[in-house]
Amino acid sequence: MFAVRAAKRAPWAVVGEKIIEALVYFCGFSAIVFVLGIFVFVFKEALPIFAHEQFSLTEFLTSSDWYPTSESNKRYGVFAMIVGTASVTVLAMVIAVPFGLGAAIYLSEFCGQKTRETLKIVIELLAAVPSVVWGFIGLTVMSKLIVQYTGTPVGVNVLNGGLILALMSVPIIVSISEDALKAVPDSYREAAIALGVTRWQLVWRVLLPAAKQGLLAAVLLGVGRGVGETMAVLMATGHAVHIPHGVLDSVRTLTANIAAELGEAPAGSDHYRVLFLTGVLLFTLTFAVNLIADTIVRGIRRK
Amino acid sequence: MIYPSPALSRRFFPLLCVATGALAFLAGCKPKTGDVGTTGGKSRTTIQNKGSDTMVNVAQVWAEEYKKLQPHVDVEVSGGGSGVGIAALTKGTIDLANSSRDMKAEEKAQAKKNTGKEPKEFVVGFDALAVYVHKDNPLTEITNEQLADIFAEGGKITKWSDLGVKLPGGQDPIVRISRQSSSGTYEFFREHVLNKKDFKLGSRDMNGSKEVVELVASTVSAIGYSGLGYNEPGKVRMLRVSPKAGQPAIEPSVATTLNRQYPIARSLLVYTLGEPAGETKLYIDWILSDAGQKVVEKSGYVPLRASAGKP
Repeated sequence: MFAVRAAKRAPWAVVGEKIIEALVYFCGFSAIVFVLGIFVFVFKEALPIFAHEQFSLTEFLTSSDWYPTSESNKRYGVFAMIVGTASVTVLAMVIAVPFGLGAAIYLSEFCGQKTRETLKIVIELLAAVPSVVWGFIGLTVMSKLIVQYTGTPVGVNVLNGGLILALMSVPIIVSISEDALKAVPDSYREAAIALGVTRWQLVWRVLLPAAKQGLLAAVLLGVGRGVGETMAVLMATGHAVHIPHGVLDSVRTLTANIAAELGEAPAGSDHYRVLFLTGVLLFTLTFAVNLIADTIVRGIRRK
Repeated sequence: MIYPSPALSRRFFPLLCVATGALAFLAGCKPKTGDVGTTGGKSRTTIQNKGSDTMVNVAQVWAEEYKKLQPHVDVEVSGGGSGVGIAALTKGTIDLANSSRDMKAEEKAQAKKNTGKEPKEFVVGFDALAVYVHKDNPLTEITNEQLADIFAEGGKITKWSDLGVKLPGGQDPIVRISRQSSSGTYEFFREHVLNKKDFKLGSRDMNGSKEVVELVASTVSAIGYSGLGYNEPGKVRMLRVSPKAGQPAIEPSVATTLNRQYPIARSLLVYTLGEPAGETKLYIDWILSDAGQKVVEKSGYVPLRASAGKP
């Protein structure tokens, strides 16, 4: 049968199909190539620092002394910045997750067609605001409000960065959670309503468990945004190397530090290598978040 | 596992189409304005100028004024910090680097290695670094040692009461406002005020000279350093600085910078790769002329000659 079909087709069609097959194959694997390529490049730039006998990885990860341009005693410790990134991201998620999920539930289950369309357009426009504009709002508007309402001396701090990041990640969380809720088959809703549940019971007991994976993906994408966002947090957090004792302290994040210092670090210097090592650290952090999420999602699937 | 919302891209597709169309339209318009470029038979030249944030304002005015005289020369000015400008010069990607600190020996070596040319330095003016406090702060003068004790690692002054100052709001901890480490201002302050010691960690490191003054203006308990030209009277105050305890404190001003009395003053520099030639040379000559020096004075810095700017 195979021979018969092959005989019927023109030779160019067979070749063409092979080419397209190869192209599609390449497209599929290109993501792996790019991710590996980026990792190899970043790692290659960072690697020579380990040959330096004065550099210790433990000190890099646990010390909060960041003196990359000191004339007497250069020290590279990013612990304060790891804490900075973590504190801003956690605060942003504490604010954004309830808001985002709430908005998604309202959009997909409670509101009417017209309201939904309007709200969705507005929320998606919110996602289109460039991050530097968010940073600007943090620096000028938000910082004044924070000083006014909390009485703290400086308005650029963890709270400011967290609020700005929360505003930035809410649209993403809303869009993806809403899609996830929409993807729950209507038969679930009909079955639940037929059993006489209230709307609240429907959401809490049926829809949320059914859409668990998609909702988790939404939250993790928000975390990813928080860890990776640079410009807005650079402007809103105060850029101080300092382990925060509360939400009103200024911090510096890993990303902001790279953005502010890579331009001046002479290529190939220790400072430059350490900044790339910070890049490797960020890469590893996001990789770990994704891996954990993937494992959780798989675990849910198996049940 | 993580996927972009299909709804998002679907909704933005028409918007994207409109934006692309608009861009195409604008691109179509561009050649018309480009034609003006060959006035007077001279070909259009662009001079790339980058570096010190302290000098970015004055460099911008130079570029604009020069454009009026020589319409065929475009000077593209950007900031980022002295370190950024010098790094770009050593890679040979710009023509002029503005710097508020001297180029280091290893940077010169790097430039020689990359481009084969020795960087050449031009002093184009002077700047006094002023120490700013909030307008409601009763402090009027400070010594160099006190500044080092406030800003340097291991320094003992952390509260306003250590200086004998009581702030109107009752806040006591000193909020230190500094610059990011690529800034020439940062390195100058470290070298001349902190005596090459490191900064205390935990200062708010701002991205520009103007941001320092703005943050001081909105923070009663703040102290920060920035160029003399960034003073905003009525919002912040500049402190008089004495070189040593017991010596008289000097008001930062043009006169005290020129007669070298004011302790925290520095040269503003422009670097080229090798001996400048052609339009770049003409531009530097113009900067050093009275017309260029007048711009320096108007921007709040100190010109090379006290007579500059006067007819």
